[in-house]
Amino acid sequence: MSKVIEIKNLTRVFKMGDIAVHALRGVNLNVDTGEFVAIMGASGSGKSTLMNLLGCLDKPTSGEYFLDGIKVNELNGNAFATIRNERIGFIFQTFNLLARTSALENVMLPLFYDRRGRIKNPGAAAVEALTRVGLSDRLEHEPSQLSGGQQQRVAIARALVNRPAIILADEPTGNLDSRTSVEVMSVFQNLNDQGITIILVTHEPDIALYARRVVELRDGLIRRDSPVTGRRNAAEDLAAFPEEEVEEMETPEQ
Amino acid sequence: MKHVWNLIKAAFKSILKNRMRSLLTSLGIIIGVSAVIVMVSIGEGSQARIENEINALGTNLLIIFPGSSSAGGVRMGAGSFNRFTFSDVEKIKNEATLIENVSSVVRSGGQVIGGTGNWNTQVYGVEPDYFIIRNWQIEYGEFFTLRDVAANKKVALLGKTIAGELFPDQDPTGQTIRIRNIPFTVIGVLKAKGQSGMGQDQDDVILAPSTTVLYRLKGRQWVDMINASTVSTERMDEAVAETRLILRESHRLDAGDDDDFTIRSQAEITEAVTATSRTMTLLLGSIAAVSLIVGGIGIMNIMLVSVTERTREIGIRLSVGARASDILTQFLTEAVVLSLSGGIIGILLSAGVVAILNRFTEYAAIIQPDIIVISFLFSGAVGIFFGFYPARKAAALNPIDALRYE
Repeated sequence: MSKVIEIKNLTRVFKMGDIAVHALRGVNLNVDTGEFVAIMGASGSGKSTLMNLLGCLDKPTSGEYFLDGIKVNELNGNAFATIRNERIGFIFQTFNLLARTSALENVMLPLFYDRRGRIKNPGAAAVEALTRVGLSDRLEHEPSQLSGGQQQRVAIARALVNRPAIILADEPTGNLDSRTSVEVMSVFQNLNDQGITIILVTHEPDIALYARRVVELRDGLIRRDSPVTGRRNAAEDLAAFPEEEVEEMETPEQ
Repeated sequence: MKHVWNLIKAAFKSILKNRMRSLLTSLGIIIGVSAVIVMVSIGEGSQARIENEINALGTNLLIIFPGSSSAGGVRMGAGSFNRFTFSDVEKIKNEATLIENVSSVVRSGGQVIGGTGNWNTQVYGVEPDYFIIRNWQIEYGEFFTLRDVAANKKVALLGKTIAGELFPDQDPTGQTIRIRNIPFTVIGVLKAKGQSGMGQDQDDVILAPSTTVLYRLKGRQWVDMINASTVSTERMDEAVAETRLILRESHRLDAGDDDDFTIRSQAEITEAVTATSRTMTLLLGSIAAVSLIVGGIGIMNIMLVSVTERTREIGIRLSVGARASDILTQFLTEAVVLSLSGGIIGILLSAGVVAILNRFTEYAAIIQPDIIVISFLFSGAVGIFFGFYPARKAAALNPIDALRYE
């Protein structure tokens, strides 16, 4: 299996006035194609910093980072933007969809910046991505007309549409109720089963149980890196939820 | 190219999401552009009217005044101050090759009695060439001839105003009028010319042979001025120079002497009047342009608010791969689209305002195509200028901070 992510001795120091805050103190991490990694840790453990570095939103103070074989810690500016556009799919806790913009257009957004024209037909690619997350019937809905779970699925479709090397999800279930969280995790498990590499940051241990591997950060260092024991199947858990709650999820029509 | 088109489409979409705000933002530009166009059009209109009126007098007209208009030195009494005589006019008539028509003009005036009453007016003593030079047309009767001038005939042509005052609703040809108690036979009525560029009634005048006016009415020997027309507008300057030499010779001026006369061409007079009106147009236009700039500040203000409000959107766009230059272009495009749409609406509005003005008021405003192009380009420039700072602010955002922005 090829390495999607290879991190060597990564550090990140923030300067707050005279104080230097060491968010990451030398992290080493390898992620192979097709893995499903949950990064866990308390707040302040450095997991968000690590996520920003992995997502090429931020640059490390020192260390090396190879993404898809490219040494990205030496890139900047436009090259960084291109890496984000072509190789990374982002999913956020607060969904971060464009308001008053249809699901379809939200999903098409990354393709707007696809300068090399890798994806020939943006509209068709967006419909395909939305179909993969089970929202083919919600193409023209705006975020305000969608439930939290549906919004997060639109965000997942947006992360998928540019066929990234890796999907990075930062607390994707943080704003969702437990049933919807399981629903979103079933989408992730489904995508992972299709071979998509996923890294997920969470502080909820039961969410981490849906991943295949858990990396635990504490004080800017990796304390534990192990396969998940007692991995759960989200689809099965979802079926176990009472039926009426399924109906509750439906959103008001336009 | 497709990318540019996408950008413009995206800008329109985002502008239409905030219809009311966009309209209010463009309103500054709309008002500014239409104010500039309306003001300049009114100015152009009045300038064209003045030019027309002056040119109606004849574009190749020369007016020769006695004495130096820039008399700076001390004059040596009446004897040394030469004036025009009929012989000057004759000399020009005989010797000038670039002068087509020439006429002495003797100005007089006074109470005129005749027909149904009396009227105080001015009497111009002229020669037949004067009718051609000043483009007078006859309504009733006929012009007097060179023979009438040579014979000091007491004949008169009435301007339309006088004819109306003394002989309302009839042809006065053949009637007798008394100018300062001297009887004159009316031989015709002149066609109306209306007001002059300076607002004078040009038809409140009597034309009579210059010899008659000079000897009978004024009892003097000096001709007040000479009017002439040149063979062509292009050779105006040569004609002026030629006439000057002839008059200097006629007045026996030595090489070192100043001219004791001034030659003014119609072009100069037109120039002077239109320069004034052009200055007015410029002034009006600049005042209106200030409102365009104020409109631009309005755009900058709203774009700054918009950048702050859409910080999260910028963060999202950056996270999915937008470059800083993409964000810059996006916001700049929005500002330019806003200001250009404002410009287009302003142009349409001003066309409406000008149409209404021309219909219901006396302004004859003229919209020149160049002012439309200029104000359109200017509104675009305002968009770029005032949109750049907010756009740069947006492009400089850090994606992490922008995504976290509440």
